Amino acid sequence: MSTATIPRPSKPWGVNFKQAIPDVVAAFATLLITYAIVAYTPLKGKLAFVIVLFLVAVIASAAISGIRRDRKAALNSISTVMIYVAGMFVIFPLGSILYEIIRRGIGGLSLGMFSTDMAVTASDAPLSEGGLIHAVVGTFYIVIIASLISVPIGILTALYLTEIKGKAAGTIRFFVQAMSGIPSIVAGLFIYAVWMIALGNQYSAAAGAMALAILMIPTVARTSEEVLKLIPSDLREAGLAMGGTQWRTVAMIVIPAAQSGLITAVILGVARVAGETAPLLLTMGGADALNLNPFAGNSSAIPFYVWKNFLLGTETAIDRAWSGVLVLMIIVLFFFSLTRFLSGRKGRF
Amino acid sequence: MGGFGINFTTRSPSRNHPSAHFLRGDSSICPVSTATSTLPPKREITTKPRFSDKVFRAVVTTGGFSSLVILGLISLFLLYNGLNVFRTEGLGFITGFDWIVPLPEEGLPAQYGIGAMLYGTVVIGLIALFFAFPISVGAALFLSYYAPDWLKKPMVLVIDVMAAIPSIVFGLWGFFVLMPHAEYWAKLIHKYLGFIPIFDMPANAFTRSPFIAGLVLAIMIIPIITSISREIFAQTPLDRIQAAYALGATKWSMIKSVVFPYGRGGVVGGAMLGLGRAIGETVAVYTVLNIVFDIRIEVLLSAGGSVASMIVNKFGEANPDELKALMASGFVLFLVTLLINFLANFIINRTARE
Repeated sequence: MSTATIPRPSKPWGVNFKQAIPDVVAAFATLLITYAIVAYTPLKGKLAFVIVLFLVAVIASAAISGIRRDRKAALNSISTVMIYVAGMFVIFPLGSILYEIIRRGIGGLSLGMFSTDMAVTASDAPLSEGGLIHAVVGTFYIVIIASLISVPIGILTALYLTEIKGKAAGTIRFFVQAMSGIPSIVAGLFIYAVWMIALGNQYSAAAGAMALAILMIPTVARTSEEVLKLIPSDLREAGLAMGGTQWRTVAMIVIPAAQSGLITAVILGVARVAGETAPLLLTMGGADALNLNPFAGNSSAIPFYVWKNFLLGTETAIDRAWSGVLVLMIIVLFFFSLTRFLSGRKGRF
Repeated sequence: MGGFGINFTTRSPSRNHPSAHFLRGDSSICPVSTATSTLPPKREITTKPRFSDKVFRAVVTTGGFSSLVILGLISLFLLYNGLNVFRTEGLGFITGFDWIVPLPEEGLPAQYGIGAMLYGTVVIGLIALFFAFPISVGAALFLSYYAPDWLKKPMVLVIDVMAAIPSIVFGLWGFFVLMPHAEYWAKLIHKYLGFIPIFDMPANAFTRSPFIAGLVLAIMIIPIITSISREIFAQTPLDRIQAAYALGATKWSMIKSVVFPYGRGGVVGGAMLGLGRAIGETVAVYTVLNIVFDIRIEVLLSAGGSVASMIVNKFGEANPDELKALMASGFVLFLVTLLINFLANFIINRTARE
């Protein structure tokens, strides 16, 4: 048998070794020049190095493509460097935030903090005393109550926009979009004005939950709308053609088909509000002791716990605040990954 | 009554149905005459909704309108509570920059004006945009046209995670991590650019300045502007892009002549959404900004304003009268952010549709 020679796939548009030499040389030259400038001029420090490196890199790349080709190519090089820098820059803050939260928060983390509250712990007591069980319970309550209020409203809004498509659909979609931009503090003020001033109630977890529900509705409504839009209209038409009423078509066909997407919408809303702080400051009172009644009495939540300890300002209080932030981030990222997991599953709507 | 679609009533072949007799072979009864007497009346085909559908539609419509109702109630209640302050202060509430709450025994009239706070809010919002806008647009371009495929997914994930971080986390990070660095940068800016009035320093106080608050806000709004810009860039017609390349355009000329003209509106809208978020941000700004009721143009100085943070700042020890002024401030903040969001969404929707 003769062996057939299979040509190796080539990429004529790729850069070969010879063409890459000037680029590599230029990159080294850039580093060297930057190092020389930082070493022999008054510009010192890491910040100076980064800025000088950036400028030299822009000039070097522009010069090389300018010499090789023309002015347009030089402009292209400059913009390429700048866009790469912008792209890379986006990663730094998140890296720094996550690193600092873990570095500063891990020390105060212990199992004991999930079984005690701060009722009898002084602000400068060692970290082994006290805990945030009251805040965890409070967050649990407000997330549940806020979901109970906002999920029906959010999903009904989405159903109105996708199933009924009434005359007001455009207006409502527009207002729901705008509603997602309401400052959280305004939601807190509103609940304070209604629940405390007009109706004469006291601080409670339920009041905080109502404020969060206002912030959660647009997230749930918009995500659910996107999900319901993805359900093929064939399914709806099939349901109607079988003689189902619209109510039965929606309840038995559309919603089950969209189930996992709708759950994602709810969890996305929870992730959005679990870390909200400002409205809670106006509605929950911020207790240090565990309060198991969500409808009466001051209570706390994890963001509120962090806030209180931050304002106390003593060394251990700051450590407690960072541990609280770590717990909060774990919760938020847990919900976040849950949405990714649910929406990433293939074969479902 | 018919159904919303066509109303079926399932029925098995009736005993009196002609075919039934025929199958049973019962020849004693004339099939034709029985059929005429027992066939059901013709069903009415109608699109009139059934009772269950009426209820369904009523419930869903009520739910759909509830967000409108909530928005209406918010403005109503804040306006109602702040009405007295608007009445006594008049336009001075917006333009004045004194917030004087006299002690009860002094018996002096109170004075409320949020001019300085509004000015400060705009300043930190603009500083945030100044830093965030170029970086976000650059990052969106990077993701759309420059990034290798393996990098795209992780970077989108990074941006989404950043959008999910609660503001109190940004506040703590800004105060303990960013501020020491930012203070040093502010000193450098003052040293080399101090001749420009806005970088001048009347006192040696570089912490908790509008500059630092703007930096923290910039990091908070980068994910918003980036993801909206990316969505808009993704809608650029592919044939135009390929046409530009075919004519020999470099990547940058392609972006300049195809992507930007198509996406301009959306990017501007995204920036406005970011500005809206920056204006309404409360907790993160509170931690890194020293709130002072004074209009100052020096952005590096430890004195600035933010309506939202001021509300939290004053809320704790506010008397009922001052509380009304805070409600009025909240109303102004609500109107401003709603307006910005309306405008931003309008621009984005229009761009996306084209």
